[in-house]
Amino acid sequence: MATWLLSTFVLAALAPWLHRLLRAATPWVLATYAAAMAVHLATWAPQVADGATPRVAWTWAAALGIEFSLRLDGWGLLMAIVISGVGATILLYGGGYLAGDRRLGSFYMFLLLFMGSMLGVALADNLLLMFVFWELTSLSSYLLIGFDHERPAARAAALQALLVTGLGGLALLAAVVLMGVAGGSYEFSSLLSRGDAIRGHASYPAIIVLVLLGAFTKSAQFPFHFWLPNAMQAPTPVSAYLHSATMVKAGVFLLARLTPILGGTAAWQVPLMLAGGATMLLGAVMALGSDTLKRILAYSTVSVLGTLTMLIGVGTPAALHAAVVMLLAHALYKGALFMIAGAVSHATHEYEPERLGGLARIMPWTATSAGLAALSMCGLPPAFGFIAKEAFYESTLGASGWSTWLTSAAVLGNVLLFAVALRVGVMPFTARATQATTDAHEVSLTLWLGPALLAAIGILIGLSPAVCDARLVVPAGAAIGAGETPPRLALWHGVGPALYLSGLTVAVGCAAFAMRRAARLAGIALRKPAAWGPESWYHGCVAGMNAVATWQTRVLQNGYLRVYLWTTLVTAVGLVGYALLRGADLTDLPLSWDLHAGETVVCALILLATAAAVRARARLAAIALLGAVGYGVALIFVFFGAPDLAMTQFLIETLLVILFVLVFYHLPPFVIYSELAARTRDAIVATAFGGMMALLVMAIGGGHDGPRVSDYFAERSLGDAHGRNVVNVILVDFRAIDTLGEITVLAAAAAGVYALLRLRGGRARLPRIAVEPRTTIGSAKRERAETAGT
Amino acid sequence: MTSVILTTTARLLHPVLLITSIFLLLRGHNEPGGGFSGGLVAASAFALHAMAHDARQARRALRIDPHVLIGVGLLTALSAGVMSLAAGAPLLTGLWTSVHMPGLGEWAIGTPLLFDVGVYLVVVGITLLIILCLSEAE
Amino acid sequence: MIPLAIVVGGLYAAALYLIGRRSIVKLVIGLALLGHASNLLIFSAGGVTRGRPPLIRPGDEALIAPYADPLPQALILTAIVISFGVLAFALVLVHRAYTAVGSDDVDAIRTTDA
Repeated sequence: MATWLLSTFVLAALAPWLHRLLRAATPWVLATYAAAMAVHLATWAPQVADGATPRVAWTWAAALGIEFSLRLDGWGLLMAIVISGVGATILLYGGGYLAGDRRLGSFYMFLLLFMGSMLGVALADNLLLMFVFWELTSLSSYLLIGFDHERPAARAAALQALLVTGLGGLALLAAVVLMGVAGGSYEFSSLLSRGDAIRGHASYPAIIVLVLLGAFTKSAQFPFHFWLPNAMQAPTPVSAYLHSATMVKAGVFLLARLTPILGGTAAWQVPLMLAGGATMLLGAVMALGSDTLKRILAYSTVSVLGTLTMLIGVGTPAALHAAVVMLLAHALYKGALFMIAGAVSHATHEYEPERLGGLARIMPWTATSAGLAALSMCGLPPAFGFIAKEAFYESTLGASGWSTWLTSAAVLGNVLLFAVALRVGVMPFTARATQATTDAHEVSLTLWLGPALLAAIGILIGLSPAVCDARLVVPAGAAIGAGETPPRLALWHGVGPALYLSGLTVAVGCAAFAMRRAARLAGIALRKPAAWGPESWYHGCVAGMNAVATWQTRVLQNGYLRVYLWTTLVTAVGLVGYALLRGADLTDLPLSWDLHAGETVVCALILLATAAAVRARARLAAIALLGAVGYGVALIFVFFGAPDLAMTQFLIETLLVILFVLVFYHLPPFVIYSELAARTRDAIVATAFGGMMALLVMAIGGGHDGPRVSDYFAERSLGDAHGRNVVNVILVDFRAIDTLGEITVLAAAAAGVYALLRLRGGRARLPRIAVEPRTTIGSAKRERAETAGT
Repeated sequence: MTSVILTTTARLLHPVLLITSIFLLLRGHNEPGGGFSGGLVAASAFALHAMAHDARQARRALRIDPHVLIGVGLLTALSAGVMSLAAGAPLLTGLWTSVHMPGLGEWAIGTPLLFDVGVYLVVVGITLLIILCLSEAE
Repeated sequence: MIPLAIVVGGLYAAALYLIGRRSIVKLVIGLALLGHASNLLIFSAGGVTRGRPPLIRPGDEALIAPYADPLPQALILTAIVISFGVLAFALVLVHRAYTAVGSDDVDAIRTTDA
């Protein structure tokens, strides 16, 4: 199974290239591959039915005890066969559906990527590995829903699906970690025997909430159902595959898989039954009220997903068994119906069932497949859907509590789905021909073969359910806690309550179909309250997040240098000041006034010159004062044994004054733009920061007792580097590579200056930037122009 | 704004400053000085020249384009480092040899000195590039 | 050394106040002062020693304590020259911005981003 998994991913990577090589033969090759996988997986069935659970594992993150482990049990096997089998028909159909599209190669790639990820979800034994594949399915779903990425609606739907399922994915990750902590292992196979420990653990309620969040978002359960109908923006093959047969089943799949570990308690069962039941009815009603084929099918999928959730919630062996049967039946008929809807729209360019008719004569193959699939969806014999519906009724009738409620809901849901099945699977083919259908034509083989196969299988295993019962359905049920139920699927169960309910369903369903106009109006009326439903909450959340993001960007990225500066400074003063005041005893600083007359005078002069430079009104005065500060600093270097620094500082300061004079000559005089309040505020912040820096120097300037790097330099300078000036030796020998970097920076700065000054040929080419002259806060007091220099 | 005093001073100071800069560069390994301060002194010699006359005169006196100085300086510093690679030592390891100079005794000569010459050239180059460009932009 | 600490603090305060001005010319003066402040911070942070430059005296084989720490000096030496280069670049950039935008108000230059 690892080979199939890996080869699917490899094939995904190769798909665009393969498509270029094989052109029209590609879908056949890929479908053969997927079909071969399905058949090969099916050959494991007898072994798995005997109780074997083959497992392979490789070390993944040894330090965390995480393995890359795969395991094949009955439930995973059923899912894997559905994934590869339906996948084969979809790959074939997709090749026909998108024939001629220049992105067909990437379509195959995304589809195969999804297939591999979904197989991973079905086969992973390690919970974290399962999570990785789970997220990969969300990601490939995003790519596939947004396949027509030039349409804004497709992009929005793709993003919505990704956000909703991605958010659920995060909850699931948290659940997985909590389960790993509570159960002491991340392997499903180990956790199976530790269910009691987890159910008794303090974090059990949290686990349930998080698992349900993950599964409900993925499987479109109320109130997270809205993304699924919107996901119909995807090309039809994608809707058929991901959004009916496989990916949306992942949530249900996980719930069933975790039932032996987490289930059996009211905390698990009640929310599943409530959410499942609500989703089932809501989906069926919305399906009836929808207009387009794909949307109707999407809501009916939501309804069936609700049914599956509800059955898992009921949790009796019969209910779990029914869920397995239902999942298989639904994958077959819904996958087929989606593909048929796509084929019909492909042939007629029409999307609403009410505008279609008479296609039975024009599209015989498609019509036959549609009829067979609709038979299954209606739950009529001899289709497999009939067996599934019988099992459903039996399990609700046999449920220990709430049996009446569950059964009533089940009947109501099935009645509505019956009408829906007639509406999408029968009416377009049998009703009177319309304008849209007159010039239609039968679709090509690739477009009808897939749905025909799925629909036919749905009838065949309905006729002889023994084919799959003992080998596939029973082991699948056993793996999710249904116990060793005897094989019991049969087309004829004898006369009993379930059969009566079936009859009732058919009768009321026909009536509902006859009154479909009224039902539609009711469904349309429901759209109004739905406008305040969960989808609007989603839009509210997204809008809210955007608003917060815009607001905080406006606050933080406002484009005012001084706001950035003050934010940084105030934060720095706050943090460092706090650490200083907390960490150091300020009364115990190694303070030494230790005054020398010369130093004190120089320090005072520097401070005076600095203050004067800040207050200077004339540019030339400011430059002169700046020079004075620089010379003062150079004197400090002289006092404290740094002749090299002093010399460099003197020279640089001289050159800098020349530089300033050269440039300032061309700049405008000083202007005070800010108001007094702003200046006062800035002065306070700047002074606070300066005070903090002074404190910092006092706090760290005291002493350090440990060995210093400098000691090494002091000792080795003469012996190793033949130099008596240790500073110079550091520059050209010990740390020469730093110096090399620094002179390179210098060269870059010079190149920048040269580029700015000399490459002015670009000036004419540069668009002159329009500037709205900002009125300065208050009155811009253009201070008197300076006297000298201008 | 050419003034006689300034031009005369510049003419007198120019060679003095240049010799001082070489002196600072060479003694830098043992006494205060080195490539940085030496280079700055040499640059100020030409900056003075530019102020006394004009930038074009200074360029003529310099004879070499500052760009070339920067490039040659960077290459000199780098080659001082690469030499040690050729000798099998890590990049920028100092290599030393002793030279006997008649009348001066033993002198240790090594790649760090060459490196410092590179620094010197780069500093002269960038300083003059900036100052000459700016004064020409007037 | 309290006087040195006060000088560092004063230089930082003045530099940052000037960088916060809307007049682009004052901003450059602030940058120049910031260079001094940082150099002195590095210089004094390691502790200072009076009048003992890190030069090995003739006859000695190594520096004899106490001596001024040579490492910060080496750092500052290059920092002085680099801040010259950066300041020159900033000056020219300010000059070009002024000629291109026609204003020395930082807030006016800001709007050209859009």
